[in-house]
Amino acid sequence: MGRYVARRLLQMIPVFIGTTLLIFLMVHWLPGDPIKALWGDKVPDPAQVEALRHKYGFDLPLWHQYWNYMTDLFQGNFGETFGGRQVSDVMGEAFPVTIRLAVVAFVIEVVLGITLGVFAGLKAGKALDTAVLVFTLLVISVPVFVLGYIFQTVFGVQLGWVTPNVRNSEDITELILPGAVLGSLSLAYVARLTRTTISENLRSDYMRTALAKGLPRRRIVGVHLLRNSLIPVVTFLGTDIGALMGGAIVTEGIFNVQGVGQQLYRAVNQGEGTTTVGIVTVLVLVFLFTSLIVDLLYAVLDPRIRYA
Amino acid sequence: MPDVTKTPGTAAESAAETAAAAGEAAVVAAPASSGKPRSLWSDAWGDLRRNPFFVISALLIVLLLVMAAWPSLFTSTNPRNGDLTHHFLTKPEYGDVFSADWFGYDKQGRSIYARVIYGARASISVGVLVTIAVTLLGGLVGMIAGYYGGWVDSVLSRVTDIFFGIPFFLGSMVILVSFSDRKVWVVASAMAFLGWTQIARVMRGSVITTKQSDYVTAARALGAGTGRIMFRHILPNAIAPVIVVATIALGGYIAAEATLSYLGLGLSEPTISWGIDISDAKDSIRDNPHVMFFPAGMLCITVLAFIMLGDAVRDALDPKLR
Repeated sequence: MGRYVARRLLQMIPVFIGTTLLIFLMVHWLPGDPIKALWGDKVPDPAQVEALRHKYGFDLPLWHQYWNYMTDLFQGNFGETFGGRQVSDVMGEAFPVTIRLAVVAFVIEVVLGITLGVFAGLKAGKALDTAVLVFTLLVISVPVFVLGYIFQTVFGVQLGWVTPNVRNSEDITELILPGAVLGSLSLAYVARLTRTTISENLRSDYMRTALAKGLPRRRIVGVHLLRNSLIPVVTFLGTDIGALMGGAIVTEGIFNVQGVGQQLYRAVNQGEGTTTVGIVTVLVLVFLFTSLIVDLLYAVLDPRIRYA
Repeated sequence: MPDVTKTPGTAAESAAETAAAAGEAAVVAAPASSGKPRSLWSDAWGDLRRNPFFVISALLIVLLLVMAAWPSLFTSTNPRNGDLTHHFLTKPEYGDVFSADWFGYDKQGRSIYARVIYGARASISVGVLVTIAVTLLGGLVGMIAGYYGGWVDSVLSRVTDIFFGIPFFLGSMVILVSFSDRKVWVVASAMAFLGWTQIARVMRGSVITTKQSDYVTAARALGAGTGRIMFRHILPNAIAPVIVVATIALGGYIAAEATLSYLGLGLSEPTISWGIDISDAKDSIRDNPHVMFFPAGMLCITVLAFIMLGDAVRDALDPKLR
């Protein structure tokens, strides 16, 4: 177990370096001059441009910039924005908001998705199954931004159940609507995945044995069937945490949630590379560690899986 | 070698004879095994034809493709022609089928109906181009990684992990923001650059399974070259899961293009796209919801059609999942 974790952690290093290098190159190599863009339509003063280039290190060769960035990063320094704020401060404000939103979305997705999936899987081929299939098909087909406007108009403006925009992100009730929108697509995938594995495992030998032993139906479904069927679902859910945090750009824009997505949108449009690379670096770390935790969870769910 | 001395005519005759003999054999064998064994593909086609979801989605897709290829069949109104006497205060004339007034007018007095029809081309082109590019690129990487294994596989798999680690939307935004004139091929390339990883992983897994089959060993024992084994023996038998993933992804790419255009980082004017129109309509959604409703509705129907097609293809090619 310990050796397995150590090996996985070592394998993460090249992927982490590669991903940060790739996003670094994408931000800095592609055409577009963020320093000149700071002047807008005005004619920039060449001396000031040079001074700023030097300040942000843009006058160095790209490999040198990346080296500086990484050495700073390992000392906990994410650099600063064009406005002079520390990127770590910007992230410190934005990440708690996005994490709350992602947690709300995640809870909705897990509870509703698995429930729908289990009921559809148990009744495979029946009316309920078809209803869940059509429901998930519709949810997958409606893009997030369309769904966001529909929910906002119907529940926020016309019915008035919730405020159309999030004013205070610490109030969880205000995050339910954007959370539902953010989690909707994954909810549909979770429901479908659960349904497929449940209906497949229903025919397995251990189910027949459990039934033959005379166990109550609740225990058969709740323990034997569910535990065995959750492995692919847990895999999906694990990789989805990072996706929910990075994919909130549209949802946060519609509902005015001041989180990571809004900061990213601003940073990408202004060509402010330090913020973009910083946030992506954190998201990549989240992604790498959740995939490791998911792999370790396999052994908990299925004792046949052992890590040497 | 007797074949060399034969004239082409007799070669053809003997071929015909063999075919006839085979036909006879088949007729003789018919009662026992009901004709020649059906392949995965003909089996799948038989399933598909009987699937109502497939029939509906195929009809919708044919209609959408016709719309994308010849939009002028559906409307004679110029979608770029803004007439401010209409403005978006002119509400839709719902009964007036196929006229320019049918869906109403947008902020600049352009016919929404005409724009919805002309928008099909850009959206579907991006979806199809990305899917083709991703299948070729991811398929090639997955094939090489799966076939050679060893250090080649290790390197290619790590590269795949690296690209997989970049969030798709975010990466596309970072690339696209540096282009001011974002045509269909620019948006498609940016999306394909980051989107190939899933296909590569699926292809790699599928190739590794297929590689161990007896017919591959047999082909190698008979002296077939690497290229022949890869493309004539492994590819046809390993491609099914890739086709499933690619078909389902097509609908997702159309939605992704619209989302990028909505954020102002997808296609740019003067291209007509549903995403751009939805983005333009968002400021007036409270008073004029119809301006957003029609392009958004068309987008949803298109994505739905492709996802339904993908679902049907998956059910047909992978009966285990049903």
